[in-house]
Amino acid sequence: MNAVIPFSTQLINLFASVILLLAFAMLAQRRVLTLINLFALQGLTLCLSTLVVAVTTGQTHLYWSAGLTLVLKALLLPWILHRLVRRLEVKWDVESLIKVPTTMLVGIALVIVAFNVALPISQLSSTVSRGTLGIALATVMLAFLMMITRSKAIPQVVGFLAMENGLFLAATSATYGMPMVVELGIALDVLVGAIILGVFFFQIREQFDSLDIRHLEKLKER
Amino acid sequence: MSISGLLWQLFAIVLALALAPILTGWVNQCRAWMQNRSAPPLLQPYYMLHKLFLKDVVLAHGASSLFRFAPFVVFGCMLLACAIIPTLSTDLPLAPTADTIALVGVFGLARIFISLAAMDVGTSFGSLGGRREMLVGFLAEPALLMVIFTTAMISQSTSVATIVETLAHREFVIYPSLAFAGIAFTFVSFAENARVPIDNPATHLELTMIHEAMILEYSGRHLALIEWAASLKLYAYSCLGLALFFPWGIAQGDSFLGLLLAIPVLVVKLAIGGVLLAFIETINAKVRIFRAPEFLGTAFLLAVLGLLVRLLLETRI
Amino acid sequence: MDFFILTLAIPIVSGLLLTVVGERAWAPNLNIIASLGTFLASALLTAEIVANGPRFAFGEVFFIDSLNVFFVALTAFVGLTTSIFSGPYMRNEQEHGKLTRPRLRLYKSMFQLFMFTMLVALTTNNLGILWVAMEAATLTTVLLVSLYRTAASLEAAWKYFILCGVGIAQALFGTILLYFAAERVLGETGNALLWTHLVDVKGQLEPTIMALSFIFLLVGYGTKVGLAPLHNWLPDAHAEGPTPVSAVLSGLLLNVALYAILRCKVLADGAIPNGFAGNLMMGFGLLTLVVAAFFLSRQKDIKRMFAYSSIEHMGLITFAFGMGGPVANFAGLLHMTLHSLTKSAIFFTVGHAAQKTGTQLMEDIRGLIKVNPLIGWGLMLGTLAILGMPPFGVFASEFMILTHAMKHHPWATPILLLALGVAFAAIFGRVQPMVFGETHAKRLPHAPAITPVFVHLAIVLMLGLYIPPYLTRWFHEAARMLG
Repeated sequence: MNAVIPFSTQLINLFASVILLLAFAMLAQRRVLTLINLFALQGLTLCLSTLVVAVTTGQTHLYWSAGLTLVLKALLLPWILHRLVRRLEVKWDVESLIKVPTTMLVGIALVIVAFNVALPISQLSSTVSRGTLGIALATVMLAFLMMITRSKAIPQVVGFLAMENGLFLAATSATYGMPMVVELGIALDVLVGAIILGVFFFQIREQFDSLDIRHLEKLKER
Repeated sequence: MSISGLLWQLFAIVLALALAPILTGWVNQCRAWMQNRSAPPLLQPYYMLHKLFLKDVVLAHGASSLFRFAPFVVFGCMLLACAIIPTLSTDLPLAPTADTIALVGVFGLARIFISLAAMDVGTSFGSLGGRREMLVGFLAEPALLMVIFTTAMISQSTSVATIVETLAHREFVIYPSLAFAGIAFTFVSFAENARVPIDNPATHLELTMIHEAMILEYSGRHLALIEWAASLKLYAYSCLGLALFFPWGIAQGDSFLGLLLAIPVLVVKLAIGGVLLAFIETINAKVRIFRAPEFLGTAFLLAVLGLLVRLLLETRI
Repeated sequence: MDFFILTLAIPIVSGLLLTVVGERAWAPNLNIIASLGTFLASALLTAEIVANGPRFAFGEVFFIDSLNVFFVALTAFVGLTTSIFSGPYMRNEQEHGKLTRPRLRLYKSMFQLFMFTMLVALTTNNLGILWVAMEAATLTTVLLVSLYRTAASLEAAWKYFILCGVGIAQALFGTILLYFAAERVLGETGNALLWTHLVDVKGQLEPTIMALSFIFLLVGYGTKVGLAPLHNWLPDAHAEGPTPVSAVLSGLLLNVALYAILRCKVLADGAIPNGFAGNLMMGFGLLTLVVAAFFLSRQKDIKRMFAYSSIEHMGLITFAFGMGGPVANFAGLLHMTLHSLTKSAIFFTVGHAAQKTGTQLMEDIRGLIKVNPLIGWGLMLGTLAILGMPPFGVFASEFMILTHAMKHHPWATPILLLALGVAFAAIFGRVQPMVFGETHAKRLPHAPAITPVFVHLAIVLMLGLYIPPYLTRWFHEAARMLG
């Protein structure tokens, strides 16, 4: 049987598993509003996980990190997305380019790949949360899968943001987060990116009267 | 094997027989309350069983001996399952026989017989129900096995008794893999027990039925046995779920006090489970039959995920 | 007077200013003046670095040495010429009804902000800030690519955003892994992301992690360079955006992304034995070269064709840096410079030609020499330059790369020659009828600014014949540092 795992590591593992579960749930989700709520939930779990690491190791900059994650990913970005959905009057069910069960199977395969890739790195790390690097990489890959199998614009954007969530988890698990200035820069980038996307969606909708990505596939090799 | 152990084992079997219809009645009551209807009395399933046992059996002309034989087999399987799952204690005489994979086999046996019986008489609805049941079972079994593998990996054994002991009587550890496995198990038990969102147990529209369609031709004591077996199946799955994921309260030896305390704990846990079951049934709608593979596929994947998480997070430090 | 602060301050201040006043009649001139100011500041900065050696700024946040100060000057220069070019060009577009005044304001402000982000990316010492600046550079140009609001440009901008976003996420993961490896050696201070510190300890960084990190960084930043197979966004973005945007994307952004890869390669080479990083870059470079050459021959749109030409040259440069060693690195740096200048010149002429004829399809553009001899000759000479004809400078750098490959990696030489040959035939075959032949093009309301084209081409020609000694010394120093 395994040795006794400290309670903080158990909590971190639990939160990481919830994040992975949410990534899968987002992959299988059909409704846009639920998708955004799941993303907000993922951000919240991420914040809690960072808090546990902060409390365990006593690194003050992680408290700020957790706060930033909470404000940006659990509150601000979902709010922006909700507003977008409301103003664009988007309520349809999300269509998927390949069927949901196939997507899930591919997702499982990616999770296995991610765990394998992350294993040598985890073994070298000395942080309290190093087991979660594999989960972080898996979340990134699942978000990437979500981006390429969706045919509407907003789920692609949510996939993009979820990828960033996975990267943040990777940063906190392998090292205790990046230096604060870098994290602030990344947060700023993400926020500006979301705003630009919002503007962009209006342009797309104006041109095509719909946010179906398949309209945007006409530029083939001529 | 002591006399008291034997007696307690018999008592556990009788308890299963008695509690199973009450559990079904309790779930119906909760569902009615949540849906703002007035509920049937708690003992309604008993009244129905009593009525059915007193009625005559009507058999179709083409019914073979399999048709008459199947309800007894199914009832026997379910009773066996309930007997060997440790509900009160892990140390009763039948405990060593409680291997989870064998349990899955027992459920499978019951499923085969009832599907065969459904097709035996040759009606179209029977075959429809039989085919659908086999589809659901075919998809649910791998998921169930994956769940079992996850729990078995934590306890290093597939014996239910060992699993219960490992989880209940060691220090409290959060196992995220168990959480995944638990959710997958819930999905599977909904599918296997013919509950919403896979099958509506209260429907009267034959084209939407899975379980009910298979027993349309049964009457009298045969029907009574099958209904009782369905209740026992729900009871067995609930107890299995409690044993795998919430085993606190199950006694460890055969001390009289421990066993006595285990009874109310069991009843309370089953009651809470019943409420949750009714709640989930109320907020969900039955999905169309071609979505059932998706539902069960999700369960399978969650179970695999639990296994992977177990391998990644909890074994290497 | 700190020239470095001036170099950074002018673009951002003017960018923010232009968001407010961008619709005034004198706004294009403000753009030009700002770019001129940036260029002068960067030129003075360059002189300072050449005289005094590398320096830091703002503590250790920025580091300017021989490698990046030159790119800073090049960026500022091309920015200047592009803003001169874009004055009359955008006015013509406005007359033709393709752009409105608010969009022009967006264009001007984003242009300056884009300059700012690129300059930050070039001069920062902190690899995390480098990432932030690269992402910011993408963000500033997304809305510019879709400026015309046509279906095709929206699609191009969407692809650009998504593909580059995904790529840059990989680069972030690579940066995280790099930080992880660095922390084990340098400790948990903020110094673990500073390139100057990392270079000192690069031998002690863990090889497996560095290998994995470099792969992610190469794939991530390589998406922005346009390396195959992640190059899909490039032809669309360059073809559908307005010409000044195509010019700066081709001429500048690709260089900055490659610069980021180079900084990481120095670290990877120190940590990983047997040239793993170099081999990887060679492989990607060759693949890109071949893919681009073959796609090039099938293009019908002139801007797409030259976009593929950019991809091809970037592949060649990546291959050169992959080979490593003083000669190849020197050739790579020289080629980066020349490609910047030539490609932007070509895009200027192509933009004018397209404006005159109203189309970007090559079959419909004919006889540019007759309509406006300057544009016609500009295109002809630019094409000859980019194809590597002597005496233009591109010939010198391509020759160096080829001979070095023949000596050290002979297996790659046939592939190189084949790809370059295919590209030559394709481009020349298409451009020749465009320049000569009959035409129906019309006069433009505003006379085009053709001077930048010839200034660029003149510099390229000069560098082909004679490289000033300070430049040679400079390139050598940078090449040596690249290892």
